[in-house]
Amino acid sequence: MTETVSLALDERFRAAAAAEGLLDVAYDVLPDTPVGALLVGVTDHGVCRISFDPEPEHHLELLARLHGPRVLRSSKPVDRVRLELDEYFAGKRQHFDVEPDVRVMPEFNRRVLEQLARVEYGTTTTYGSLAELAGNRGAARAVGTVMNRNPVPIVLACHRVVGANGNLTGYAGGLERKVQLLRLEGALL
Amino acid sequence: MTAPIPAFERFYEEHRTEVLRFLGRRLGHDRAEDAFQDTFLRALRAYPRLEHGDHLRAWVLTIASRIVLDDVRKRKPGGELPELPTEESWHPAFEDLAPLTEGLPPKERAAVVLRYGYDLGYDEIGVALGSTEAAARQAASAGVRRLRKETT
Repeated sequence: MTETVSLALDERFRAAAAAEGLLDVAYDVLPDTPVGALLVGVTDHGVCRISFDPEPEHHLELLARLHGPRVLRSSKPVDRVRLELDEYFAGKRQHFDVEPDVRVMPEFNRRVLEQLARVEYGTTTTYGSLAELAGNRGAARAVGTVMNRNPVPIVLACHRVVGANGNLTGYAGGLERKVQLLRLEGALL
Repeated sequence: MTAPIPAFERFYEEHRTEVLRFLGRRLGHDRAEDAFQDTFLRALRAYPRLEHGDHLRAWVLTIASRIVLDDVRKRKPGGELPELPTEESWHPAFEDLAPLTEGLPPKERAAVVLRYGYDLGYDEIGVALGSTEAAARQAASAGVRRLRKETT
């Protein structure tokens, strides 16, 4: 007998696992967004991971270590983020209602990300002023590191943070994506 | 050294085909699909209480065996079935281990079944097999190694 798990059976289990609230992280891959494929992970507390690297194998261990071992692909819990991202890319959404879940980040990172969340759509700020707002004037470089390790880019808009001289500096997802997002928001021509 | 607990996705991907086949043999195709979902939901519920990632295959097949028994009990009320330990205890009953260990040489099979099916210590197994504690330990670990090889 060479019975294998049918797609329907597989999806049924994945949906039931989420519906019964048994997952630490549900994730799914959004194969086709304007900035390429994205991997999105959510917990009961909000969106905990958005990555430009859509290969689940590269994320499973870290997600399990940070949030708990019950990490499973399941599409329904990701629907809300999927919808909000679609609206954002279509230019119909300027603010995300889904909560970022950054509970596992160190305290300094959380403080900086909290300030980042206040930077308005279509505007930019600098690493230095974000450092100052987070209460660490002069920690521009450390803020750069926090941006680089932002677990939920786009939703927490680290693409809106640029160098003091107006240089775009860098982006974990690649500079061309930063340009693309800033153009979408009308912050760059 | 014990194995770390893998992300559930990895565990599920690795064992789902074998679990479905196991259930299919015991229950037939139609009932196997419900039992499949029950097995992995039960595994998910127990997953946070795992202390390490060893023997996960035996663990999930034990859960599947218990689901089979529940299913059979439901259909044949009052039927005589042996009591099994709860799924948090790791040791599959002999009847679950028996089909898994069929291919082993007799001594290794006995050591594996006594160790993991009956939870005997190696000293007791040594006595049971008429040899030593060290020989019993060696036979059980050789058996487990062989099972792993056969199933990968």
